Amino acid sequence: MKDKNVINKIRYIILFIFGLIMLFPFAWMLSTSMKQGREVFNLSLLVNNPSLKNYARLFSSSYFPRWFVNSFIAGTIVTLSVLFFDSLMGYTFAKHNFKGKKLIFILVLSTMMIPTEMLVIPWYLISSKVGWVDTYWGIVFPGLMTGFGTFLMRQFFDTLPNDLFDAGRIDGMNEFKIWAQIGMPLVKAALSALAIFSFVGNWNAFLWPLIISSETRMYTLPVGLALFNGEFATEWEMIMTGASVATIPVLIIYIIFQRQIIEGIALTGVKG
Amino acid sequence: MKNKIPKGTIAKNRERWAYLFISVPVLFYILVRFIPTIYAFYLSFTDWDIISASANWIGFSNYKRLFSDKLFYKTLSNTFYYVIYGLPLSLLFGFILAYNIEKIKIGSGLFKTVYFMPYITSMVAVAWVWRWLFQPAPIGIFNNILISMGLPMQEFLNSVEQSKGCILAATIWSGVGFQMIIFMAGMKGISKQYYEAAKIDGASSFNELRYITLPLLRNSFIFLLITGTIRFLRIFTQVVNMTRNSAGGPLNSSKPLVLYIYDNAFRSFDMGYASALTVILFLIILLITLIQMRVTRDER
Amino acid sequence: MNKKLFMIILGCLLFTSLAPIFSSGQSEEKQDGVTEIVYWQYYYETKKNLMDELITEFEAANPDIKVTQQTFPYADYNTKVASSVPSGKGPNVINLYYGWLPTYVSAGYLQPLTDPSFAPSVIENEFFPLVKAAKFNDQYYALPTAVRSLALFYNKDLLAEEGYSEPPKTWEEAIEMGKKLTKFDKNGNFTQIGLGVNLDNQFHHVIREVLNRQYGVAPYNDDTTKVQYNTQAGYDAMKMVSDLELVEKTGRQGFMEDDRAAFKAGTCAMFVSGSFALGTLDSVEELNYGTAELPSMNGIKSNFASFWANGITSFTEGKELEASVKFLQFLTSKDVMERWLDAIGELPANKELGESEEIANDPKFGPFVRGLDYAHATVFYDESAQKNVMFDCYNRIVLEGMDVKESVDIAAKEEQAIIDKYFNK
Repeated sequence: MKDKNVINKIRYIILFIFGLIMLFPFAWMLSTSMKQGREVFNLSLLVNNPSLKNYARLFSSSYFPRWFVNSFIAGTIVTLSVLFFDSLMGYTFAKHNFKGKKLIFILVLSTMMIPTEMLVIPWYLISSKVGWVDTYWGIVFPGLMTGFGTFLMRQFFDTLPNDLFDAGRIDGMNEFKIWAQIGMPLVKAALSALAIFSFVGNWNAFLWPLIISSETRMYTLPVGLALFNGEFATEWEMIMTGASVATIPVLIIYIIFQRQIIEGIALTGVKG
Repeated sequence: MKNKIPKGTIAKNRERWAYLFISVPVLFYILVRFIPTIYAFYLSFTDWDIISASANWIGFSNYKRLFSDKLFYKTLSNTFYYVIYGLPLSLLFGFILAYNIEKIKIGSGLFKTVYFMPYITSMVAVAWVWRWLFQPAPIGIFNNILISMGLPMQEFLNSVEQSKGCILAATIWSGVGFQMIIFMAGMKGISKQYYEAAKIDGASSFNELRYITLPLLRNSFIFLLITGTIRFLRIFTQVVNMTRNSAGGPLNSSKPLVLYIYDNAFRSFDMGYASALTVILFLIILLITLIQMRVTRDER
Repeated sequence: MNKKLFMIILGCLLFTSLAPIFSSGQSEEKQDGVTEIVYWQYYYETKKNLMDELITEFEAANPDIKVTQQTFPYADYNTKVASSVPSGKGPNVINLYYGWLPTYVSAGYLQPLTDPSFAPSVIENEFFPLVKAAKFNDQYYALPTAVRSLALFYNKDLLAEEGYSEPPKTWEEAIEMGKKLTKFDKNGNFTQIGLGVNLDNQFHHVIREVLNRQYGVAPYNDDTTKVQYNTQAGYDAMKMVSDLELVEKTGRQGFMEDDRAAFKAGTCAMFVSGSFALGTLDSVEELNYGTAELPSMNGIKSNFASFWANGITSFTEGKELEASVKFLQFLTSKDVMERWLDAIGELPANKELGESEEIANDPKFGPFVRGLDYAHATVFYDESAQKNVMFDCYNRIVLEGMDVKESVDIAAKEEQAIIDKYFNK
């Protein structure tokens, strides 16, 4: 019993130290964003005269709320689409047999191997032909399905026993229902993780939203923030303010949905 | 997965469903991914500069140039540095965190949130915060800590030897929450019965880890190994935002292959050469992934 | 079996994948008789706002023209512009850095300014001679509203602490003063720098166009086809700069990230920057600073000038072209130049206006205007790569201890290769 206690204490110490390392840069970012003038270079986490002036300066652009909304819409569309298509395809790769499966799987994986930077020009050419420049579809279409998510979901469906699905077949369920009603609830943990990954990934995407949008009102938040990284300025307090602004909304979303994520993971644990 | 389905109407029917399920994604990948990729491959045989209307076919010139390009080898070796040091470290840290959080009773939700925060933070923001932490005295925090401990100031990002390590530190910091979450999702999938059986047998927690947890985390591990490799091979944003003039310096000491591709394509407008580099990068990633999949092949 | 469901799912899937095509039909309402043109520049708050004002006035004077301004992040502006080119769509009037013009002009992205008001003889009569950097094959392809040059910024309070009431006149003096104005902590780390040496700010221009010439070599030959600084004068110029960090210790690269940040925080006594820095520095209340002409050497004065110029894209035709020409005439008018100076702090590109008493005698603008007289605008073929050549040259000496001559020779070879690549196309 004593051993257990010691081990437990060590666990908490490890986790605590890691926690500090994780939190420190955030604390730094937030505290700097509330500093003014020369205090910026006074290396203390405590702020003498904390003020939100930097935030006010950043938000003086009337487009800010719009950029938030844009990022949010784009993130939501992409996440919903990814959850549906990637899990469906991942399930198919894990639990179905068909000709060409291996090859198609490798091909899907291979979509992760080309840097996005090299695809933006062809994407832009397509978009400008079909009139997607400065539209939400233009921003989201390249990310509607991902090799990453398909791979993730395949790995999780793969661990589920086949008997569960065969039971559904015996009950006369069709394959789509088997996926939706038997498969999906069992991978909730993976789904919630995938939802976060794709929302975050999309929230932070920069190069493609920059290229596809020309009108300031269609910018996403990262592109809008890049506007402020001005011509020659290394204004640390403003950069940290921008970083905070980009981070806080996702954090809030994460904290709100965290309960669901934990529950999702717990559920999976019980049944698996 | 190995047991063959008997050829019959049921199997046929299931196969039809399978094709239906993948039909839209496959169509999507062909249009949005494969055609643009093939286009990039085609460009690697041309001298296209983005802004000219025409591209001239120049055969293998770009590839010939590549083999005598010192900077190509330099950026390639930098890229491998990131993979070789970054991947094991981030897997290790991610596992340590996931394993310990799973074991504790109080505060696991809080720790999880804290560790996951860096991952959901924009990489650009992460890069700038770390860039500041690594500054020389008088404004760099790390250097101030070193100096207060009586140690000499380090150049960190301004040093040919240390720049890669600094960028890697920020990268691992930001990605560890991702590894953790995947490992945790994997651990949740391990049936409690195994652990109960182990307890009855009186297995030590080390043996429990070795014979139950690790083997049953296979799928999570393979996933993290493959996606992690790809992630490190494609490292880009953090280097752009942590180095002076976004140049992957000093003296290209931290420049990864993807940044070199970007430089060629969008700063020097040498799209043909950038495409050739992309083809090489693609082949490298593909080769590594295939090897990894073969090595970790399911023996069940 | 279950064919119905099968078809329903297939239908749904297909619909989701095709939906964007239907939803994309953006209706663009066009008013009768109104020509719409699009203007692109990079985002800089004051520039964007002034341009909005100017556009309103322009539209009031030309009710048949509507101008839409679109702005982009500075650091990614060139990427954004280049990636829009292949689609054959984009802005009608575009603001480009003069150093990018050779690339865009030779690719056929800009059209020559053929309107009589932009005839070379007219332009060369009215504008500062450095706008020649926008002239190709005897035709102008772009014109600036404003030009920029470099000056020495000095913190009056810090200079006064050491008993200096005047900024340095020569580099020798500057280095002497810089040494006195530099402060270290007990570990020998800088706490204040006397003379900043940040290559990625403006100092790479100082080496190229100022110091090389002051030591006695023009960095390139007359038609900018050959690099010439791999001579003793070039080695001396680079040595002087690397010695600032290695020997004289008046500053270091990356001190507080950036000389200007340090200057704002009051821990940098002198540094070189452009007139565009005035705006941010004036916003710092506790900063008491002045500007002076760049120090001379061997009796030679030199400066680096640059500009962002407005050009018209080659796919602009007909009515849009007419409107674009009008807009460009407006942007290069004296009235707009004056307002540009007031709002942004960039010098008028018109010679007569720039050299007017009022501007030339202004304590802060004066040194910049005087600098324009003897300024050179480097012809860049691959601006970002040529910049990096200079950084690498400096870093090889400072970080790796390479011999100055060896490092400059490598730089000359690298830059020559970039130039050759452009001409061999």
